[in-house]
Amino acid sequence: MPYLDYAASAPLRPEALAAMLPLLERPAANPSSQHTQGRAARAAVETAREQVAALVGADPGEVVFTSGGTEADNLAVKGTVLARAPEARHLVCSAVEHHAVLDAAAWAQADAGAQVDLAPVDNLGRVELDRLAALLQPGRTALVAVMAANNEVGTGQPVAAVAELAHAAGAVLLCDAVQAAGLPGVDMAADGIHLLALASHKLGGPTGVGALVVRPGTSLRPLVHGGGQERGLRSGTLPAAALAGFGAAAAAALTDRRAGAATTLATLRSRLLTGLRTLVPDLDVNGDPGLPGLLSVRFPGRRAEDLLLLLDRYGVACSAGSACASGAVTPSHVLVAMGRDPAEARETVRFSLGHASTEADVDAAVAAVAKALAVLATAEGRTGSPAAQGVGR
Amino acid sequence: MSGGVDSSVTAALAVEAGWDVTGVHLKLADTPGHLQVQGKGCCTLADADDARRVAGTLAIPFYVWDMAEDFQRAVVDDFAAEYAGGRTPNPCARCNEQVKVVGLLARARALGFDALATGHYARVEDGRLYRGADAAKDQSYVLYMLGPDELRHLRLPLGRLTKPEVRATAARLGLRTAAKPESYDVCFVPDGDTAGWLERRFGARPGQVVDTAGRVLGHHRGAYRYTVGQRRGLGIAAPTPRYVLRVEPAAGRVVVGERADLAITTVELERTTTTDGRPLGPRHARVRLRAHGTEIGCRVVPLEDPTPGAPAHPHGAATRPNRTRVRLELDEPSDAVAPGQAGVLYDGDLVLGGGTVSASHA
Repeated sequence: MPYLDYAASAPLRPEALAAMLPLLERPAANPSSQHTQGRAARAAVETAREQVAALVGADPGEVVFTSGGTEADNLAVKGTVLARAPEARHLVCSAVEHHAVLDAAAWAQADAGAQVDLAPVDNLGRVELDRLAALLQPGRTALVAVMAANNEVGTGQPVAAVAELAHAAGAVLLCDAVQAAGLPGVDMAADGIHLLALASHKLGGPTGVGALVVRPGTSLRPLVHGGGQERGLRSGTLPAAALAGFGAAAAAALTDRRAGAATTLATLRSRLLTGLRTLVPDLDVNGDPGLPGLLSVRFPGRRAEDLLLLLDRYGVACSAGSACASGAVTPSHVLVAMGRDPAEARETVRFSLGHASTEADVDAAVAAVAKALAVLATAEGRTGSPAAQGVGR
Repeated sequence: MSGGVDSSVTAALAVEAGWDVTGVHLKLADTPGHLQVQGKGCCTLADADDARRVAGTLAIPFYVWDMAEDFQRAVVDDFAAEYAGGRTPNPCARCNEQVKVVGLLARARALGFDALATGHYARVEDGRLYRGADAAKDQSYVLYMLGPDELRHLRLPLGRLTKPEVRATAARLGLRTAAKPESYDVCFVPDGDTAGWLERRFGARPGQVVDTAGRVLGHHRGAYRYTVGQRRGLGIAAPTPRYVLRVEPAAGRVVVGERADLAITTVELERTTTTDGRPLGPRHARVRLRAHGTEIGCRVVPLEDPTPGAPAHPHGAATRPNRTRVRLELDEPSDAVAPGQAGVLYDGDLVLGGGTVSASHA
């Protein structure tokens, strides 16, 4: 069954499963315990920590394990705000950040006296550096949030350039690398990043764990208190098996990167785009290919909801914009920030490839899209009116 | 699949009948607050979850479709506009006509599906629409606007069942919605407080309560709060009860009279449609003029349309009759016929069709 929704979640890598199983099969032990079994669990956690750090050019001691990318973003935003004096809680976020960043910032504005400014993006979804710079208030801006690459359209951001601007204003840079840590990759030290958010399942590790990588000297208040784990920044028993999976996935992702996986993915993406363009000559591509495996396209005159239903029926998994809490497709704030109107946003489908994707997956997806479009065209022919026409108009 | 027991059982019966079933939940509200409230309203987040869980139990695909914009425009805004115009709307009929049945069926057919199944208590047989077996739950009144093309592609598995039978079926199938309470009120008006909802929408628009001679008897907070036949909330002292005869929104006036003044012997319907797609000819029928009203015998007199040939139905299929105004001469007087309500015509259990009340006369 062709799976083209890596941006939502990547299938568990065999290396990750292999790393997890021994820890699941033998008697569980708390990595904080002082006995032999505890130390063994702890060792597995520390191996994972090294593997995650290596992926992003950081020191293992900088890695704070969390329950996932969302928690990492929340810790970064709220933890920074709470560590700052009330008059110095200004936040600047790109308009295309994930809701884990935007909503955490909104909370900080509503409940913690912060002020939030959104840095606009161009029609490809790239942050406009001069407009971002104009928003910075030296001495008052606490944090600038710009993701490495966008999860909906794939566009890569000029992180190193933003880091310089943030430094100059005395602000901390949060880079949400949840989508980009594997490919194209991110180097914390080289890019001047203070806080980096990661998610295990996007790399092919298990869901339920992630990390915030914290450059030394960055002030952060913890959100979760308790046993003092992770240097007091994130209490809670460390899930050794899941973290072992995370670490193994990170190591595999690094290996893939060095072996040129980006090129392989770009080739597959190209094949997909060519196939789709043959079916739909006026297909509209969103964003730039910062994430080599991600393709966001608009099918003019077709509802994404309709395509998704049919593609699911044919066994092809992909996605459309963002899902809201009830599961309906909502017009993406990312597309709107890029200047698309909500109607266009509702015609957008996202295909995303990854570590196990093959040419066969791509070809099957194109065939399924062809079939779906044929069904919709047949119905149109029957009723004499476009199927995408709204109700009651 | 709204998340209620009726649509849950509908899905189950459709699967039992051997059909290739896909479940769809309609997201009709946009406000986060509405999405979080559980209880009397319909189609909250919790309802979507209930529907999804039932779909999972039945092993059918399940999707949530966002029709909030269409619903807002076609149902909610229309509801407010009708009250503002001195009429009493029928939002459930409007929803079926624009969103839930006609609209959804069109989308389903566009996706290659053959039919739409809903949990309405009514029956479709041989392409005709009939009352449901459970007289207390019969919902044929809100489906009157369907034509032959729609009825051919509509399945109503609950039509022959009573509500208790439906709940029993749900329990037998182990559906978690078996004991879920009903949602009774207009789904987008929390706690059934229509007057409050309208006041929040329009603001207070005070005016006069007058009698048929124009004498001022009292004052009101907004003409939109009143419907024909209403007795409560008039705020006037009178020797005998007074009832709303009509609402005049332009003047902000509510005209009241005695009980006897309410009696209506002729009703005009506009935008009339028939379930068999043929123009209504002169005949006798029974008419229901309110959702839970009693039926009255009447003579149906078709009238000429001001613009002959215009499509009678919003979806404008060529086969719609163009004589869409009818006069109903009632066999016995009816009380309180509110403009804007649906007048639905029956021949025994068969639904002939219906239209919107545009005028009524003593």
